[in-house]
Amino acid sequence: MALSGVEIFKLLPKTNCKKCGHPTCLAFAMKLAQRQATLDLCPDVSEDAKKILGEASAPPVRPITFGTGDKAVKMGEETVLFRHDKKFVNPCVLAIEIKDTLSESDITKKIEEVLSSELDRVGQKLRVDAIALTNASGDKGKFEAAAKIISSKAPNVPVILSTTDTASAEAAVKIFTGKRPIVFGANSGNAEAMANIAKAEKAILGVTANSLDELSALTEKIKSLGVEDMVIDSGAKKAKDIIGNNTLIRRAAIKKNFKALGYPVINFAQRDDSLHEALIAAVGIAKYASIIVLSSIEKWKNLALFTLRQNIYTDPQVPMQVEQKIYKLGEPTQESPLMITTNFSLTYFIVSGEIENSKVPSRLAVMDCEGLSVLTAWAAGKFTASKIAAFIKESGIENEVKHRELIIPGYVAILSGSIEEKLEGWKITVGPREANGLPAFLKGRAA
Amino acid sequence: MAFVAPKETYSGKVYQVNAGTGANALSFGGENVLPFNSFEGTVPNKPLIAYEIQDIPPADWPENVQKPYSSVSGDPVTWAKFCQDTLKAKAIALRLIGTHPDRENRSPEDAAKTVKDVLSAINVPLIILGSNNAEKDAPVLIAAAEASKDKNCIIGKAQEANYKTIAAAAMANNHKLIAMSELDINLSKQLNILITQMGFDKERLITDPMCSALGYGLEYTYSVMERIRLAALTQNDLTMQPPMLADVGMYVWKIKETQAPESEVPLWGNAEERGIAWEATTATALLMSGAELLIMRHPKAVEAVGKVIEELGG
Repeated sequence: MALSGVEIFKLLPKTNCKKCGHPTCLAFAMKLAQRQATLDLCPDVSEDAKKILGEASAPPVRPITFGTGDKAVKMGEETVLFRHDKKFVNPCVLAIEIKDTLSESDITKKIEEVLSSELDRVGQKLRVDAIALTNASGDKGKFEAAAKIISSKAPNVPVILSTTDTASAEAAVKIFTGKRPIVFGANSGNAEAMANIAKAEKAILGVTANSLDELSALTEKIKSLGVEDMVIDSGAKKAKDIIGNNTLIRRAAIKKNFKALGYPVINFAQRDDSLHEALIAAVGIAKYASIIVLSSIEKWKNLALFTLRQNIYTDPQVPMQVEQKIYKLGEPTQESPLMITTNFSLTYFIVSGEIENSKVPSRLAVMDCEGLSVLTAWAAGKFTASKIAAFIKESGIENEVKHRELIIPGYVAILSGSIEEKLEGWKITVGPREANGLPAFLKGRAA
Repeated sequence: MAFVAPKETYSGKVYQVNAGTGANALSFGGENVLPFNSFEGTVPNKPLIAYEIQDIPPADWPENVQKPYSSVSGDPVTWAKFCQDTLKAKAIALRLIGTHPDRENRSPEDAAKTVKDVLSAINVPLIILGSNNAEKDAPVLIAAAEASKDKNCIIGKAQEANYKTIAAAAMANNHKLIAMSELDINLSKQLNILITQMGFDKERLITDPMCSALGYGLEYTYSVMERIRLAALTQNDLTMQPPMLADVGMYVWKIKETQAPESEVPLWGNAEERGIAWEATTATALLMSGAELLIMRHPKAVEAVGKVIEELGG
């Protein structure tokens, strides 16, 4: 739990020396509590206070960057249990397992699936983020060989090297020197050796145990050996245990500031049945996983999981927006109807979906209203006659369509007169109030 | 520092609601913890999935979800029996969509007959849904409630505009009632209060905070559900304690992701698997936020979600 300003104040020198740039120690303490200042500004603070404050001000779930370069992914930094309280920070990493028992061509095929997995959805680029190489063969040479294939064919993709054999881990991790891989396998049997490997190679260490007690003891031990960056696996495989352990880990970190479990969580969702696997991954996405390992990444599965991840990690305070422009639905001609709505992503999805259902090729002008829905945008003065008129004029649509008719949402029927005044030569038609009235409305016009 | 499991004890719990009669009657809800957190409380029942059927052939359903029912969906009775006997449905949700004025505008009497026919053919619990036309649903659901008197069905959906008549009909005929409001925890609470003020037993209610499909506002439904559940458990808010419904199929099987052929969107992959995954993923996410009753369409999606429910409970 973060300390309050007053609790921090008690630990400061209380000299009001102003060396930190704040008028009083109390003012400085308040800034510290709000994380708007850092403790190093105070030259006189005691070592004890530094230790207490340093620990208290560290984020409850340790921030870790996995991989390097433009495909690196951030993990951890979470501050809440429920997304309505505050945005979930770092979307969970989706990784595909590649076993070192596969042939080179099969490994290459999987790598290519990862490299071509990127999709664009509501302006965000989404993809399978990482590869988890598993030492299924139990053979060091095979593991190393597979690691080399991955390193040469997907040099920028973050990699998890999964083996409990320290010699294999050491051999493979050296192939990814400087690339911040995860070495996954420290357990109670090999913790010291694995910690040394991770430390020497500046790798992230995956820590696995069979209970939360054992896991806490292990991370503390590893930390004392000098490894700070860890991802943790509670041993949960079944959905029931994934949700239970992930929940207890997140609670311990956030509500109790329990440092030994304040690390990103990795879950293994692999199942024989791909759809079942997708749903286990969905459980993990909703409930606190930072990395989910999958055994297959079919396109339909990726789309569903990427979308769920995006939904869960959306900022609840900031509406999702789509780009302002005139969207073509179907293959509109110069005579096709033109409708207008706001750029709240839900509004756009629902309106465009209903237009597509109508099978009437159309254009949909989506106007930037800071992500507000039609009525809210109108009430907030962002969806007004003059703004609509200016948008239509500047959009260049007059060169694209022959007609001069704009269909507006029924909820803003009141605007039709004033838009006609401001948008010379245009006729304004009032459409249905709800999007689900659009198919009947459009079909009725087309008939 | 030794690990101490940070378990929670809540002051409130979710009402347990049962539906149906006889040996196949079923209960859902009843837990005193957040979804599937059985490590710190009791979860007496598993969520219940009902197969959606309707009174008229599903011409408006996308082809991939019409297909499994192509030989039975011409008649609601055959369709219902197929769900119960072949698909082993634990419950059936009959949507009287044909009563909608813009569809076939079927009469309340027609609806009552369909309900009677379906009920006489099945023995699993029945959910009876209107066409979501607030005005028409009132007479339709009154007729449906009377036609199914004492069968302990779930009737819905009562909304702000029509709750009085529908709640009265559910009460007079000994049914459970779905109360739906539009994605707002306060509206949901208010509707539950209004309905209980009529003398309707709050323990016979089911809350529908309005479903949304994955990618189409799912996060709103998800968070409204989570907030309702937290209010029920942490604040012991009696008006927020009915179990919750996720009416998944209807919202999922109308969006582009469940319809567009792979030829149009090659990056989205196989359309049939995508549609099934979309319905199952939406349902699974809403289980995580607190849904206890799901209405779904595709048999493979139902099967997959059923498997996850087993894994979450066992």
